[in-house]
Amino acid sequence: MLEGVEFSVASGTALVLRGANGIGKTTLLRTLAGLQEPLAGRIEVPREDLIYASHADGVKAALSVEENLAFWAEVYGRPLDGAVFGTFDLEDLRGRLAGTLSAGQKRRLGLARLGVADRRIWLLDEPTVSLDRASVAAFEGVLRAHLAAGGSVIIATHIDLLGEAEVLELEPFRAAVMPETADEAFL
Amino acid sequence: MKALFLRDLRLAIRAGGGFGLGLAFFLIVVVLVPFGVGPETEVLRRIAPGILWVAALLAALLTLDRIFALDWEDGSLALLATSPLPLEAVALVKAAAHWVTTGVPLAVAAPVLGILLSLDGSVAPVLLISLLIGTLGLSVIGTFGAALTVGLRRGGLLLSLLVLPLYVPTLIFGAEAVRRAGDGQPFGTPLLLLGGITLGACALLPFASAAVLRINLKASA
Repeated sequence: MLEGVEFSVASGTALVLRGANGIGKTTLLRTLAGLQEPLAGRIEVPREDLIYASHADGVKAALSVEENLAFWAEVYGRPLDGAVFGTFDLEDLRGRLAGTLSAGQKRRLGLARLGVADRRIWLLDEPTVSLDRASVAAFEGVLRAHLAAGGSVIIATHIDLLGEAEVLELEPFRAAVMPETADEAFL
Repeated sequence: MKALFLRDLRLAIRAGGGFGLGLAFFLIVVVLVPFGVGPETEVLRRIAPGILWVAALLAALLTLDRIFALDWEDGSLALLATSPLPLEAVALVKAAAHWVTTGVPLAVAAPVLGILLSLDGSVAPVLLISLLIGTLGLSVIGTFGAALTVGLRRGGLLLSLLVLPLYVPTLIFGAEAVRRAGDGQPFGTPLLLLGGITLGACALLPFASAAVLRINLKASA
């Protein structure tokens, strides 16, 4: 889908991916996350420092907010830090079943996974979808704090987030010919 | 890994998890058989091992598609794949959780249902052990089938077609062990072979499941 994309992200900095729908922002992020392999080229990322947040939140409706986060904390081998509920404004929702949350609350729960996992490099795919303005501002604060702590963020978004961050416009890298997708899965 | 196991158990038991579905199906099928076959004790006793085993196998099949489908739909599977857990472990843990929520209840219920089919009381321990060993194999093999069909809409039917032929050896040795026990013959050999199949499946299939999951995850964008 994309061709000739080249970038590097230093610790403490963010990169914002921009481009029209369907250009390949998600594909690029999935490739960085290791879910897909690039057709050509090289990726140098420390896999053990990555965490990927997709369109879907991966929230289990039958588990409570706290159980959802406790699960991810244990998967990432971290103790569940109570502060994360405050950071993502989930304090009042701790005991609620995730299935009863609104779309925005669910999204906050999905993003709170970033807070419990304690990884350096965040790959975020449209993280602000269905968040209200206050939540977006709060999440921007979380991102800034992460960057200030030496982390990095690669984020695909359509809104103005992290105004000071470097922007990578993907339009110039659109591949001239779409690659054969039928065999792609088996490469 | 423990976290994933406990989460899957919790999800299976809570609303909409499908816990008990397989068990209820098993009960109904076995109870239906005497109605269809007639009440002659001798006939029922002879077909009991086969009926119990086939019913248990079909009951285990019912909930297979849930192993990965739910995690696939809500995106957890992709997040798990990028987490520190190896996908091989994810496949094995999910198979184990499926066994505990489906296979173990079936195995425990089977001796009770054996009474309905006039199965001798002395056969009950062999029935229990053979089902405990066998259903673990069924869960691991089924997990592989579930991994293969995970991205497909209405993959349940295809899953059955793929998995049922792979269940044949388990069925043969499992039912044979119970039959021999009922006839008072030594039943060690079929039980050992059953254990061999299960252990082989546990050792090899999680790797195959992880490989097909990776391919399915790649294809979904």
